[in-house]
Amino acid sequence: MPVFQLIIRGLLAENPVFRLALSMCPAVAVTTNIKNGFLLGCAVVFVQVMSNITASVLRKFIHPRVRVVIYTIIIATWVSTIDMIMSAYLPDLYDQVSLYIKLIVVFAIIISRMELFASKNPVTPSLFDGLGMGLGFMFGLMMIGAVRELLGSGQLLGFDILGVKPLLIMILPAGGFFVIGFLMSVFNIILKKLGMGAPPAGGHH
Amino acid sequence: MKKIMSALTVLTLALCCAGPAGAALTVKDGSFAGTHGIEVEFLTPVTDLENLEASFWRVVEASSPDIALPLEKVETVAANPNAVRLNFSQNLDKGQIHQVSLDSPRGKGKIDVTQNMMAILLTLFLSAAVINNYVFSRYLGLCVFFGVSQHRDTAVGTGLTFTMVMTCSGILSWAVFQFILKPLSLGFLQVLVFIGMVACLVQALDTILRKINPVLFKKLGVYLVLITVNCIILAVPLMIADRNFNLGESFFFALGAGLGFALALYLMANVRERLTVARVPASFQGLPIAFIVCGLFALAFMGFSGLSLF
Repeated sequence: MPVFQLIIRGLLAENPVFRLALSMCPAVAVTTNIKNGFLLGCAVVFVQVMSNITASVLRKFIHPRVRVVIYTIIIATWVSTIDMIMSAYLPDLYDQVSLYIKLIVVFAIIISRMELFASKNPVTPSLFDGLGMGLGFMFGLMMIGAVRELLGSGQLLGFDILGVKPLLIMILPAGGFFVIGFLMSVFNIILKKLGMGAPPAGGHH
Repeated sequence: MKKIMSALTVLTLALCCAGPAGAALTVKDGSFAGTHGIEVEFLTPVTDLENLEASFWRVVEASSPDIALPLEKVETVAANPNAVRLNFSQNLDKGQIHQVSLDSPRGKGKIDVTQNMMAILLTLFLSAAVINNYVFSRYLGLCVFFGVSQHRDTAVGTGLTFTMVMTCSGILSWAVFQFILKPLSLGFLQVLVFIGMVACLVQALDTILRKINPVLFKKLGVYLVLITVNCIILAVPLMIADRNFNLGESFFFALGAGLGFALALYLMANVRERLTVARVPASFQGLPIAFIVCGLFALAFMGFSGLSLF
């Protein structure tokens, strides 16, 4: 499959947040504004790409019976790396998302792409599959963040846009669930018009 | 020998003659009183309040010893002549240890004021279970939450299994962090160590349960697999390490978090069983409507945030 298509697939038809509904915890937790969503998105892109590459390089040496343990350790290694990098260079921003960056280890999307795609494909497609899924995840987070920031605090990227706070509930926990529910249904409508059905669980192999 | 004895007697007599007014005050006990007060009790009655003015006291929270809390006024307590009451201009955070130190002409003293241990544990338990419910206000464990909340039976089974594993891994992680990682300053390895630990624990539980109670294993075995790679299971050890809990606190925190998760699952399963027969718009079918329901629950659970404990 061409590189371009792999990326588009991760962004739209198999968007990890809205279509596959994997790793929803951070999608609600850190998305009270765009910036946090972007930061966590970057970390996920990094971990997803690096883990996919590692799994793909090592795919001939990993015994299938111990694969889950090995994948977990690979992910944990890359998460520890990005965790230390971010806490060293972006201490202020890091404080707001630190718990969720550590929890990338257990994001279902990462291990499911390693298991379903990277373990069966060469390095280049695995890299771009990881990039597509990571960007799709980041796109999802930023979209939820944009809606919540605009409606909840009347701002976008920290700039005052509306001047009022129309729906304060959006920055509360409940708002996150509502926004995801509505955006999911919007995605369902748009992709149905485009003629794309529901993806298989965990995305295409 | 005799000389020493007589010298001691003279000394004691001299001290007694000096009278109560000159004797140094000794701090006996301290406790929280009301929302912004601390009561300090002395061994002897308090006679001269002017020597115990606000400026002689210094009260700090143990976690931030550089910031003195704003003490407004010191007054006597009618019910107890031995005690004074310190009034602050702000609410005290009773979960914290407060260090009270007195440095006045009448004497020096230092005392740590803590809440009753049971009260701390109960607060931790309730706060983890309902006030900061893991699903509805911390958004953890959502994958499993939406995955298994379709039927009541599976929801109860999963909830109980999760509680069990969370409590065990909470205590185990406390031991590993306090006795291995912290002394060796290997804190940066906590993610790797905890995930490995949880995986081993789940594998062990799987084996033990299969041998000891095959009936229960048949019921719960399916959910055990889900547990290893789950954020709520990993978050509890991380938080316990982060907040430096002791053994009792770790146990009640983990238990509260687990039961809160089970409660959320059970509530959600009840609603989703009814949703199957409800008329839901086509684009909302499945997960979207589940998210909306979850949002409504989160809204309801916000009511607990006003709950102030002890």
